[in-house]
Amino acid sequence: MGTEPVGRTLGQTHATGYDDATRERLVADAAAIIARYPRQQSALLPLLHLVQSEDGYVSPRGITFAAETLGLTTAEVSAVATFYTQYKRHPNGTYTVGVCTTALCAVMGGDAIWEELVEHLGIGNDETTADGAITLERVECNAACDYAPVVMVNWEFFDNQTPTSAARLADDLRAGRPVTPTRGADTVVTFKDMSRVLAGFPDGRADEGGAAGPATLAGLRVAHEHGWAAAPFGDEAHDGAEGTAGKVAK
Amino acid sequence: MTTTLTPVLSASWDADHSWSLSSYEATGGYRGLRKALTMEPADLIAMVKESGLRGRGGAGFPAGMKWSFLPAPDGGPRYLVVNADESEPGTCKDIPLIMASPQSLIEGMVITSFAIGCHHAFVYIRGEVLHATRRLQLAVAQAYEAGFLGKNILGTGFDLEITVHVGAGAYICGEETALLDSLEGLRGQPRLKPPFPAVAGLYARPTVVNNVETIASVPGIVRGGASWFAAMGTERSQGHGLFSLSGHVERPGQYEAPLGITLRELLEMAGGVRKGHQLKFWTPGGSSTPIFTAEHLDVPLDYESVGKAGSMLGTRALQIFDETVSVVRAVTRWLEFYKHESCGKCTPCREGTYWLVAVLKRLEAGEGQPGDLEVLADTSDNILGRAFCPLGDGAVSPVQSGLKYFREEFEAGLHTPADVLFPPEKSSLFDYTPRSSAQLAGVH
Ligand SMILES: Cc1cc2nc3c(=O)[nH]c(=O)nc-3n(C[C@H](O)[C@H](O)[C@H](O)COP(=O)(O)O)c2cc1C
Ligand code: SF4
Repeated sequence: MGTEPVGRTLGQTHATGYDDATRERLVADAAAIIARYPRQQSALLPLLHLVQSEDGYVSPRGITFAAETLGLTTAEVSAVATFYTQYKRHPNGTYTVGVCTTALCAVMGGDAIWEELVEHLGIGNDETTADGAITLERVECNAACDYAPVVMVNWEFFDNQTPTSAARLADDLRAGRPVTPTRGADTVVTFKDMSRVLAGFPDGRADEGGAAGPATLAGLRVAHEHGWAAAPFGDEAHDGAEGTAGKVAK
Repeated sequence: MTTTLTPVLSASWDADHSWSLSSYEATGGYRGLRKALTMEPADLIAMVKESGLRGRGGAGFPAGMKWSFLPAPDGGPRYLVVNADESEPGTCKDIPLIMASPQSLIEGMVITSFAIGCHHAFVYIRGEVLHATRRLQLAVAQAYEAGFLGKNILGTGFDLEITVHVGAGAYICGEETALLDSLEGLRGQPRLKPPFPAVAGLYARPTVVNNVETIASVPGIVRGGASWFAAMGTERSQGHGLFSLSGHVERPGQYEAPLGITLRELLEMAGGVRKGHQLKFWTPGGSSTPIFTAEHLDVPLDYESVGKAGSMLGTRALQIFDETVSVVRAVTRWLEFYKHESCGKCTPCREGTYWLVAVLKRLEAGEGQPGDLEVLADTSDNILGRAFCPLGDGAVSPVQSGLKYFREEFEAGLHTPADVLFPPEKSSLFDYTPRSSAQLAGVH
């Protein structure tokens, strides 16, 4: 995080503009984003992710940049930025650690993990450790219920967590040791690097990690064990690329 | 005969590098597109109609019929927008699909775009799934490189661009018109319907919005034919669907089966409810669908049967809770979700979820006041049917169904905390000593 402000420090100042080199780079990125859409205002969400990739939050200068780029007022941009939970109004830690505490994860152990991390890190919801490493969040259902309880680090999946595993994970992150998601890239990238991917600039890591965890394949395993399959499509014979024999379920 | 699983979308998920284009093609990928491009668009729409494919995003609207609602071409753009916002609690099928087999979605998008005359399609993926986003970006890039996207696809003269659009954390953006506003760079708040997106959607142009699984099912229909698809499932709920089992079940996960399979059958395949425990309550289709109990184990999981039994098939998100779980705790937590995710546009939902949470929290703490159950019922009545969009209606499902089946647990909330009646450490998958009551556990 270097010299950047870390928390909600009283009297914290925000930089008011980008230096020329940074600005030039952002302008080029913004142009690439705008080119993806028929109308330029559609670029606003990815532009805000881009701002976070530069500043680690939606900074005042980032809001101004987005507004100028799209011909909007800063009020219009702020109205959008404050609607979405992923846009941070304060400098984020290097890693967002999100504990799912929606009903199912909460019941399966998410509440216990949350209590553990609050105590272990000494911070509460949407707060950042003094070293700037971790911003802790309660997150809502993250589409991984079959791996409950789930913890997300910079929106990578850490499945089937326990209070102990989550505390160890937090320690590793604070110590700067690389951590590996259960289903994701080989290592977790920083909040800024992640934001750049969300802005639509791939980081070349898509081929890392596996295709699916055990729960994702649970039904397929059962089907294989029993020799169950859907009826063949009927076009397989042409080149024999596959053979989906098996009985029709009805 | 008992129902057996029918892996179609999930059939290739265990292949080496299943997400790559080469792996996808090796298992028959893009055969559907090659065939589709030889057909008339109108025939494709008719085929999907005939297959009986209904939207897999929750509402179950017939996909082919939705496509046919687009007005006649007027020379201006028409759009396909795929809904990959997957945020309904319990729902966890689309993101694993994108991780393991993003090309099936891309192929479905090309076929659908060809059928409806679209030349620029979008995937709106929620912002909180980094690796799925990477896989989707890679899949699009590989499809361009191979000539499945871009100009003159496979030499047919058909052009299609796909843009991957990443959201930023808001459940409401799964609602199709809020999604469109969000995609236009606005706050994600629902629009008044009509006009429906088919008439005035993205940039007020004719637009089809479909769920990931819906679109990924299209290539198989083209390959196998409408009757191949319709041979699975029940008379009015046809085809295969991903059933997502989670919670207190031995082997949670994705089970792809014909619609109409029962929870009893699925539980048997999944090793049953957590060892030594019994089923208490479950959701058939996510937290917005009224809960069921053990008496519903044999309800066929198709749109009609689940509806008749008082709930909705929704997204087939089967969240299983055993006898250790407090219904009040689960319902309170779900309502905290709806309160947090309410977009604030309309009063019944914005204010109603606030009051429901306030009352539920004191019941959970054992500090309920006389009349609280009536307040819950009244407030629910005032949201249901009066909210601007279905988020509000969905929010009252857990409250109303919880009261219907487990009223005594809410009554107990007038004097006894939920965590005394149902110690949370009995529900969790590991041993621990709770530090504080659930009520104090955090901020929402
Ligand atoms: C609050 C709310 C959230 C929704 N979230 C999703 C979602 O994440 N994914 C989805 O496909 N549909 C979601 N829907 C349903 C969509 O509005 C729409 O019906 C669906 O995308 C249409 O696709 P389908 O016909 O293929 O199911 C949601 C609806 C509501 C009211
Ligand atoms: S019902 Fe809730 S989410 Fe839907 S428009 Fe009203 S306030 Fe927004």
